[in-house]
Amino acid sequence: MDEILEILEKDGRASIEDIAKMTRKKPNEIKRAIKKYEKEGAILKYKAVINKDLIKDNESEVRALIEVNIVPQKDLGFDKIAERIYSFPEVSSCYLISGTYDLLVVVEGKNLHTVSNFVAEKLSCLENVRGTATHFLLKKYKEDGVVLKHKSENKRIAISY
Amino acid sequence: MKISKVVEKMQPSGIRAFFDLVLGMKDVISLGIGEPDFVTPWQIREAGIYSLEQGFTSYTSNKGLYKLRLGIHRYLKNKFGVEYCPDEEILITVGVSEGLDLVLRATINPGDKILIPVPSYVSYGPVTELAGGVPVYIDTSRNGFKITPELLKKHIDKKIKAIVLNYPTNPTGVSYRRKELEDINRVLLKHKILCISDEVYGDLTYDFRHVAFPALPGAKKNTVYFNGFSKSYAMTGWRVGFACGPKDIIAAMTKIHQYTIMCVPITSQMAAAEALVSGRRSVELMKREYNRRRLLMTSELNSLGLKCSTPQGAFYIFPSIKSTGLSSMDFSRKLLEEEKVAVVPGTAFGACCEGYIRISYASSLDNLKEALSRIKRFLEKRTPRA
Repeated sequence: MDEILEILEKDGRASIEDIAKMTRKKPNEIKRAIKKYEKEGAILKYKAVINKDLIKDNESEVRALIEVNIVPQKDLGFDKIAERIYSFPEVSSCYLISGTYDLLVVVEGKNLHTVSNFVAEKLSCLENVRGTATHFLLKKYKEDGVVLKHKSENKRIAISY
Repeated sequence: MKISKVVEKMQPSGIRAFFDLVLGMKDVISLGIGEPDFVTPWQIREAGIYSLEQGFTSYTSNKGLYKLRLGIHRYLKNKFGVEYCPDEEILITVGVSEGLDLVLRATINPGDKILIPVPSYVSYGPVTELAGGVPVYIDTSRNGFKITPELLKKHIDKKIKAIVLNYPTNPTGVSYRRKELEDINRVLLKHKILCISDEVYGDLTYDFRHVAFPALPGAKKNTVYFNGFSKSYAMTGWRVGFACGPKDIIAAMTKIHQYTIMCVPITSQMAAAEALVSGRRSVELMKREYNRRRLLMTSELNSLGLKCSTPQGAFYIFPSIKSTGLSSMDFSRKLLEEEKVAVVPGTAFGACCEGYIRISYASSLDNLKEALSRIKRFLEKRTPRA
């Protein structure tokens, strides 16, 4: 992967000037490269990784991983039915996977009811959906490479040769 | 009780006092740390834990676990094309530090001289003296902190037994390309000077491929090569290093090692063996991260007026602070007191390094940037605006 992407993947707020210095390139080159990545969709968006457990006024939120078995459509395979599923705003992620079921759908809702209503009333009754198994998420330890806990203290001594 | 004379005159006291000052202060951003800011990669820590669960709590052979020596043999063969026999030519030591002590004690007769290019890592001189040798310091400060054949020849006489090379160098980050090393090697071979090569930062070389000294033509029989797991695998606290060299020297070193240390802790050896099997990718990722910090720091320090050349290895930069008119120690002390940023005065690494400081970029980018802005404020206070 291009080093510019590697830097931005770690820190979406890295400045063009800093990236230029870190890669020994001209700021203009970096700017152009980033523009290109954004245009092509290689860089989709920039966002903060938030640990919602630490937000006091956060309205409670429930997340479920749903295994979905589907009957593929003639000529279109899984894609068309996947699109019907991921287009629901409740779906935050949707993956086609190998193994005993076909789609892994991540659904977010205010509470248990909203999520189960979504499964019962929207997902399960789609004609190509053969069956579902819903797993509610109890605790997040690590997400997208980030461990969700306070940074541990520095354990090194403050000065050494 | 009277203390030994050699020991009594060791360790410059000014530096110790400065270190104590740093250690006693809270909320310091430290650019004075000589170890990686990464934690040992998990698969390596896991191997250590697993070995304890399995009950590996005994001594190992004096030379170290065979599987670790075999791993080192393979690593050196694949990476540099140098072959060391795991039975007779490799010794596992408590970090490179122990290995250096061993090789000096194993080779020095009273009065033998040891060449040490300075600035150098702090232990070379004192350990030489402890072994009964006489350190001969070669000042490289007017030569871009590099040793050259010319500089070397000026210091050679009949009593010179060995030279301690260290590249990439702590504290300057300087390293050498193959051609430069070949030139040095020719002089050493001609004058029968043993090369003690501390290459613990070898894996952290950025602009060109690191060349192991024993890989040079004719050098293997005249070199004791040192490396370890501390810097490249972020394993400083495990204390595992290794020495490779001619079998008579390794045997002599093993003699001392068996009486003083016995063997390196087995847990550490187990973890190190795993590092060689599955840790290479982690080393690469850490190196990429260091490289970005290196380029950012060099560029920023130069633009602040602290002149430095781009270091080629390790995780240190050695900028000049002469523009401030302060001594290394005053600069470091004031920077610490006024802005709570710790650096190491250049003089810690040799008297010739007055006017320099060592900055370690083994710290997160956020820390480095915060430190830079504090250094900037510190410098601005000293330069009256036009």
